[in-house]
Amino acid sequence: MAKVPGLLKGLGVTLGTMVETVKKGANTVQYPHEKETPPIRARGVIALHEGNCTSCMLCARSCPDWCIYIEGHKELAPPRRAGGKPRQVNKLDRFDIDYALCMYCGICVEVCPFDALFWSPEYEYSEPRIADLLHDKAKLGEWMETVPEAPDLEAGAEKKGKK
Amino acid sequence: MLGLIAGIPYWAQSLLRVLGGIVAVLLPAGTIVYVFLFKMMSFMQSRLGPMEAGPFGSLQLFAEVGKWLQKEDLYPERADKFIFKMAPLIVLSSTFLLVAVVPFGPDAWFTNFEAGVFYALAVSSVSVLGILIAGWASANKYSLLGGLRGAGQLIAYELPMVLAVIGVVIQADTMNLQQIVVAQNAGSIFGWDGLGNPYILTQFIGFIIFMIAVQAELTQTPFDMPIAESELVSGYMTEYSGFRFLIFFISEFATAGVFALIASILFLGGWGVPFSWFGWTSIDSIDNWMNVVGPLIMFTKMMLLVFVIMWVRFSYPRFREDQLQRFAWKVLIPLSLVNIMATSVLKVAF
Repeated sequence: MAKVPGLLKGLGVTLGTMVETVKKGANTVQYPHEKETPPIRARGVIALHEGNCTSCMLCARSCPDWCIYIEGHKELAPPRRAGGKPRQVNKLDRFDIDYALCMYCGICVEVCPFDALFWSPEYEYSEPRIADLLHDKAKLGEWMETVPEAPDLEAGAEKKGKK
Repeated sequence: MLGLIAGIPYWAQSLLRVLGGIVAVLLPAGTIVYVFLFKMMSFMQSRLGPMEAGPFGSLQLFAEVGKWLQKEDLYPERADKFIFKMAPLIVLSSTFLLVAVVPFGPDAWFTNFEAGVFYALAVSSVSVLGILIAGWASANKYSLLGGLRGAGQLIAYELPMVLAVIGVVIQADTMNLQQIVVAQNAGSIFGWDGLGNPYILTQFIGFIIFMIAVQAELTQTPFDMPIAESELVSGYMTEYSGFRFLIFFISEFATAGVFALIASILFLGGWGVPFSWFGWTSIDSIDNWMNVVGPLIMFTKMMLLVFVIMWVRFSYPRFREDQLQRFAWKVLIPLSLVNIMATSVLKVAF
């Protein structure tokens, strides 16, 4: 019999939630009609800043799902100063991420040494055909526009000492 | 019903009875599913539930039924096919048999016979057979366990249910459901007849036991051990799909409605209003408009009781099998026996 007040309390919780939902509305949103803004650090889709990529393959090698495909070739670029040697640069031919395989771990973004990969909070890119989930270089580049500005560091988080 | 249509040929009477029965089963079932299962449950979980099909999702049920009807009628290879296909129909037939005895107004009833309470309690246990053979015929260990648990639970809670009703029968001096309604509404509380004498006041313990037993008979949540979707993957319903699952689903909620109707007859005064309000003295002096208002009153009381059933369902976690059996045999049955004793003593004393 000692449990009876607890049982009534439990009924009170559900009834209270019902009254609150009827009066103030639900905690959920009706998705296709209204959308919640995801937090800016949300892991929605990975964007590629092509100019920063050196096709070093670190992301492809660190990917647990092997869902990043990179192909590139070396090219000779004109020298920086007159009379210098022509520079050798890595030219990116293909950079695909297969979002049918990606598990959104973010290791590629972490591991990229040249800030070429970014998280974007966009999430609406489902496709009727699974093959269309393979985003190529151009499409990954378009996601760059949706990458939010990095939030300011917390106070005291800057590196101390010499700049 | 018979009182209203006595003048027309027998085949037309039968047709009207069948139609009336279907309406009396499906209308409450549909309303319960939409109002309580879709909407109230969602609100209790702080969400809106179906909103797209029709205004506020009111046509969602039709969408669901359409979906189920499209699905393939599957049965396991090693299932006993005839029995397997028959099981949901047996469960549903129990609901229809049960509604046949429910009076909706002074003349609006399908059948009206003396042993109404006895009949109702007897046919309500037909569904146990359906559940048991559904579990057995599925050729699936989860279904078998679910069916056996269902049988064990339904038999265990049949007893407190029957014993709780005996108190009402003793007090009303009759097993005829129509007479029980009349006895409550023509009654008086210590000479004051403004409210009649609904048996929920004098048989409150019986009412509580009856509602708990109904909850268990319907295998609604604190007592949903036989279905237990997280461990038995829906128990005896595991192998059913499409139309046959739909029948199980309908019968679950239709039976909830019919049990609520019976509870409202036994404890809340059924279709009647206190007779003193309009100066009625017996069932023959009741005005004819009660045949229209009566069903509405019944419906309101049914919704009230189903609200309580569903509220409990959405609030509590599941009993363990041993807790469930212990609760029936060690708490509810002794309590209802004491209730019968007390009722008999008071009946003789007054």
